[in-house]
Amino acid sequence: MEPLLVVLQGLPLTLIVSIGSFIVGAILAVPLSLGLRTSILPLRLICRLVVDLLRGVPMIVWLFVLKFGISSPEFRLTSLEAALLGLGTISAGYLAEIYRAGLQTVPRGQYEASQALGISRPIAFFRIIAPQAVRIVSPTIATYFIGLLKNSSIASTIIVAEMVFQAQAYARQNLSISGVLPYVFAGLLYIALSVPIAMASRSLDERLRKSVI
Amino acid sequence: MQFLPTLLVGLRQSLWIIAAVIAIGLPLAFCLALMVMSKHRLISAVGLVIVEVGRGMPALVILYLVYYGLPRFGLNLTNIASVIGALAWNYSCYCSEIIRAGILSVPKGQLEAGQALGLKPRITFLRVVAPQGLLSTIPGLMGQTILAFQDTSLAYTIAVPELMKQAYSLGGESFQYLRVFVLAGLVYAAVTLPSTWITTWVERRINTAY
Repeated sequence: MEPLLVVLQGLPLTLIVSIGSFIVGAILAVPLSLGLRTSILPLRLICRLVVDLLRGVPMIVWLFVLKFGISSPEFRLTSLEAALLGLGTISAGYLAEIYRAGLQTVPRGQYEASQALGISRPIAFFRIIAPQAVRIVSPTIATYFIGLLKNSSIASTIIVAEMVFQAQAYARQNLSISGVLPYVFAGLLYIALSVPIAMASRSLDERLRKSVI
Repeated sequence: MQFLPTLLVGLRQSLWIIAAVIAIGLPLAFCLALMVMSKHRLISAVGLVIVEVGRGMPALVILYLVYYGLPRFGLNLTNIASVIGALAWNYSCYCSEIIRAGILSVPKGQLEAGQALGLKPRITFLRVVAPQGLLSTIPGLMGQTILAFQDTSLAYTIAVPELMKQAYSLGGESFQYLRVFVLAGLVYAAVTLPSTWITTWVERRINTAY
């Protein structure tokens, strides 16, 4: 039982890192996705470069930059802060791309119709365009969140005491065969955690579909 | 800048790893896709378990299981073999789902047409269905490969002298962590960004071909 308890000790931090960085990413991705669609060319190119860099640099490198690179006597991020900021900004890059793809699927006629009805642009965007886009990309976002949950394991490399970190500590102390059990449990727990997310996403998707018809 | 030559040595190691992962992973992915699609219940179930476990667990956990777990059962792998094995499994599971979706996207009529023309099922699959289905999977597989290349940085945790590990050593020697890690990130980006652009281009070309 002990190996399982060891892993469960790390569960709260796994959840905090994945949910926290998802929230950070979901918020930061809004301006970024708008930047990807703006007609102001320099701004669009900058946003494109930022998104491509966030998606193109390995997570572990980015986390090490934040945790070990940015460190001076006056300013230093804790491991958890670095993990939330690092995984959050990377999520922003991926989610911005997902939002952009969603916005693109909303037909142009919707913009024109709202204009013809005299609805102001911000209201048209937030009340008419964005809800339709959200409906289309909600399964993709759920898939991304499941990926993020698994990627939160990389936070163990900057000493965030989440599930993999706990498993590692246990395995170092127990050199018998059962010493690797925490890894097995951690792996199974990640799978077990993604099942309810996938189910919730499916029922949300169905509900959103129904609400349209 | 004086760090660049050492980092490039690390990059070469990273590229070797990803080359091996592709060479093992892609054929494996194809086999797994066929297993999952098999009409034989048992084969399909086994394939599904392999794929779902390989996709469901984080790559880092798979890596630790292979590197720290297998030796306890008397199977000793070098750290490079461990990272190649672990990433190849993870990569092939994701790819097998892409391949399966690609093959399933070929209309059923193609199979029926093959049958009507008197082609053997095997020939119909290999010469008619697979080429069409696999073409559409190319951008997806390329994207997955870019992600797998980034995952080679996980090998740092088991002391494989790849790009990330070299950066960490350089940082330890010079205490210029910020500069070294940013430079390492740029070296990764120098590979991944052009690859992403090529992927987008290929995707556009394949879409217009239909």
